Amino acid sequence: MAEREQIKKTAPARQDEETVQDTPPASEKGEKLKAELDDLLDEIDEVLETNAEDFVKGYVQKGGQ
Amino acid sequence: MAIPKIIGVETEYGIIIRGTQDSNPISASSLLINAYLQDLARRSLDPPEAVKVEWDFEDETPGNDARGSRTPGAMPPEVETHLVNAVLTNGARYYVDHAHPELSTPECADARSIVRFDRAAEEILVESMVAARNLLPPGQELVIYKNNSDRKGNSYGCHENYLMDRLVPFGRIVTHAMAHFITRQVFTGAGKVGTEAPGLSWEDVPFQITQRADFFEEEVGLETTLKRPIVNTRDEPHADSQKYRRLHVICGDANLSELATFLKVGTTALVLAMVEDDFLPRQFVFNAPVWCMRQVSYDLSMSHALELIDGSTVTALGVQWELLTQARKYADERGLDVVGDAVGREVLTRWEEVLTALEFDPSTLAGRLDWVTKHRLIDGYRDRHGLTWNDARLAAMDLQYHDLRPEKSLARRAGLEQLIDNDAVRTAMTEPPIDTRAYFRGRCLAKWPSSVVAANWDSLVFDVGKESLRRVPMMEPTRGTAAHVGKLLDECTTPADLLDRLGSPP
Repeated sequence: MAEREQIKKTAPARQDEETVQDTPPASEKGEKLKAELDDLLDEIDEVLETNAEDFVKGYVQKGGQ
Repeated sequence: MAIPKIIGVETEYGIIIRGTQDSNPISASSLLINAYLQDLARRSLDPPEAVKVEWDFEDETPGNDARGSRTPGAMPPEVETHLVNAVLTNGARYYVDHAHPELSTPECADARSIVRFDRAAEEILVESMVAARNLLPPGQELVIYKNNSDRKGNSYGCHENYLMDRLVPFGRIVTHAMAHFITRQVFTGAGKVGTEAPGLSWEDVPFQITQRADFFEEEVGLETTLKRPIVNTRDEPHADSQKYRRLHVICGDANLSELATFLKVGTTALVLAMVEDDFLPRQFVFNAPVWCMRQVSYDLSMSHALELIDGSTVTALGVQWELLTQARKYADERGLDVVGDAVGREVLTRWEEVLTALEFDPSTLAGRLDWVTKHRLIDGYRDRHGLTWNDARLAAMDLQYHDLRPEKSLARRAGLEQLIDNDAVRTAMTEPPIDTRAYFRGRCLAKWPSSVVAANWDSLVFDVGKESLRRVPMMEPTRGTAAHVGKLLDECTTPADLLDRLGSPP
């Protein structure tokens, strides 16, 4: 896998974590993604369980396999 | 030598009853399944008993251990025979197990087929919810979740099954399978807010990659409901036990992402084929496999160095790249017939694509893999409202991601990539795959519903009005396909006719 090793060598040093976890993407593509996420969150707001605490508390399952 | 990887997936679904204080999950699960069966019967031209085929437990031996002996203190799973237990015309089994509705897909010949029948299973559950709502008093509703935990320490599984050559030493399977199971989590995870592992809090693990990693306590063993092992040793092939074993995999998550399901079974089938051919040059033997399961699940950066017994370290992605490299070599040297040739090639392509994305920018997999999609959604919400990770609203979103009601499902709202079109999924709700013995089971059930009185994975029992029932064994999972018996089934007008002409098993 010479190809892959090459890819790995040029890989940016572990920026993945921040990209996923905290930092808002800065690039143009990132802006577009952020706008999409905003729309999605607006849409989801309307269907979210109304009383989150009771819902989470009430979600009890018997253990299975 | 590697044999065709016949695969099946069994999923236990979460169930809640809304609008009543009375909440018995066993009766609720029975009602759910019966409502679906009644609805099917009403819509079909056949009499209502048509779809109520009993499961045949005669040959069930879930207590057999692949290591050859009964382990002292091991608890073989109990077979619950008194609960709803139906066989569907698509070859699947739909039943109540451990207080959950469970659906086992028919035997499938490749990863693409598994995705199709797993999606069909979801749709069957969706229709079941609607059918149950019509039976229940106004205001009451059964809601189904395709997840693996109630966030309170109770877990239920999504198990995979792979047909393997009996001659392969079990020890060799254990080593390689364990390395794959620990590291494949980076793409199989369905994501979870927080942790249910004893002694850890949300501050230690705000969000993790998988639903299931918190629940594994052993490396190898027979149990499935407590002290769960990473590699399960149940030895019950549901096929000719001289020739085959069935590797029962209990450590995966239930996925909403079709790509995750595709890669979960596709890569595993490939790894197991390479194990059968003793093709893998390098063993990754982890120092503390149980802890590694969690380390991989807790590390969103996927950079954690996992310790091997030789003192060296490797990352989860490092192991996956090595397995992919070997799989490519295997494809070149041996071909991919045993994992469905073209589908096997698709697995290789998508596997590389996903590993590359995970390495450079996992966020590009939002809308493709479950854990990334869920994380993006919940972290976005958290950010917007300035919440901490222990906020109940985030836990609620986590659960609601898996809600199968189309209007409520956050996974559906997030617009996950589809690999299988909706028409193919709809067909798979009632018609079996054509390339495994499930074809024979499904066609017989559809054609002669009142004559098939019992079914199991490896047999069908017919009542053709004679003194004794006739049991047709189906010990070869690769036989009974459309190519083998399609014409015969078309030509036979009665089941008696079929049995006469069969003479010997299909």
